[in-house]
Amino acid sequence: MLDRSIHPPYLHPPYTSTVKRAPHQPLVPLVYSLAELTGPVYGHESVRAIDNDLTRNAIVNGEAIGERIIVTGRVLDAAGRPVRNALVEVWQANACGRYIHKLDQHDAPLDPNFTGAGRVLTDQNGEYRFTSIKPGAYPWKNHHNAWRPAHIHFSVFGTNFIQRLVTQMYFPGDPLLPLDPIYNGIPSEAGRRRLIADYAHDVTQPLWALGYRFDILLAGRNQTPFE
Amino acid sequence: MTCVRTRCIVSLRVYGIYIMTPIQTGSQTVGPFFHYALITGDDQRILATPQARGEHIRIEGSVYDGDGVLIPDAMLEIWQADSAGLFPHPADPRHHEADPEFRGFGRSDTTGAGNRFWFHTVKPGARKNADSTTAAPSINIHVFSRGMLLHALTRLYFSDEPATEQDPVYAALDPVRRRTLLAHRADLPGQPTYRFDIRLQGDGETLFFDP
Ligand SMILES: [Fe+3]
Repeated sequence: MLDRSIHPPYLHPPYTSTVKRAPHQPLVPLVYSLAELTGPVYGHESVRAIDNDLTRNAIVNGEAIGERIIVTGRVLDAAGRPVRNALVEVWQANACGRYIHKLDQHDAPLDPNFTGAGRVLTDQNGEYRFTSIKPGAYPWKNHHNAWRPAHIHFSVFGTNFIQRLVTQMYFPGDPLLPLDPIYNGIPSEAGRRRLIADYAHDVTQPLWALGYRFDILLAGRNQTPFE
Repeated sequence: MTCVRTRCIVSLRVYGIYIMTPIQTGSQTVGPFFHYALITGDDQRILATPQARGEHIRIEGSVYDGDGVLIPDAMLEIWQADSAGLFPHPADPRHHEADPEFRGFGRSDTTGAGNRFWFHTVKPGARKNADSTTAAPSINIHVFSRGMLLHALTRLYFSDEPATEQDPVYAALDPVRRRTLLAHRADLPGQPTYRFDIRLQGDGETLFFDP
């Protein structure tokens, strides 16, 4: 079950796009059947080794520009047990705050050697790891002078359909966080804090890249076959 | 219970023992720019190879907002059993018999022609529930989009399937609102097709389950 003190409501008026897209009718509780307690199973055929290095997976004629980062963490179920072979997909803006997406109109340069998309499977300890470039903040049209704090989008498949999670990872100390209606859609301070990665000096690689740790705790428990 | 690093809250005190509850990672919107990472081509919309058993069908539809406006940047994910009602997942005791030509999971956006999502799949089989009632053929659907901080969960049933009315989940729902879960047969030339539109809000609002 989703912890509703942690997960955002559909209607959160400061994020204006929620106003016309939030269901009004009460949600109907669903007794889970096999259809909810199963889900897509991913294996090593689902990812290539280079897919988790965003500094190299889109090189055309040079190196990706910006501050190199390593992001690692564990995917865990609601009981704190590791989720193995979880597919983690990530996407982000480049160092200038620009997405490669054709509808991103932000007047900031594209990086020809960076698409900002990657994917990785968790290992036997539920751990994932990818290398990237620290994304820039970017403006959006939600309200006057609105800027999204730097973030990396995460899509995670647990072991069943109801563990599905799409979220965003933020960086510690970002002054835009208190102003961001998406981040503040999370109702509790403890829940918001959980979306901020920790700087991790033990992950930082000398002369190469800064390390961050970001654990992901899914709702629901693993099914017995995975224990 | 394992405590995830320092991110714990003390939530309960039972018989003098504090139970540590790890904090779930909250959902955030998929945003408008997910396509180049998550939509990797038409294969994701195709759940069945030509050799897959069962009736091959196309499912298509649109997603509307509270003003009845087409949403051009939604993403749908579906999960269903194969034509024999089996899931290719170890929690299904019969998963070894599941059709190897069928994968159960599909993903589509609504950015293309007519802002319609579509899937090529097979009609799922009925299943026996643990209490020996019959679960009618159905498809679970997650809807993601900009403006949705949390995905929505709904379920597609088939309007021309006699088992639908007897399905214990469907039968327990409000008799008017549950009609929003019915896909209707609307064949395209040479292609058995079911139409299933999703209305996030307002008139004819789709019935959503607690995700
Ligand atoms: Fe973003």
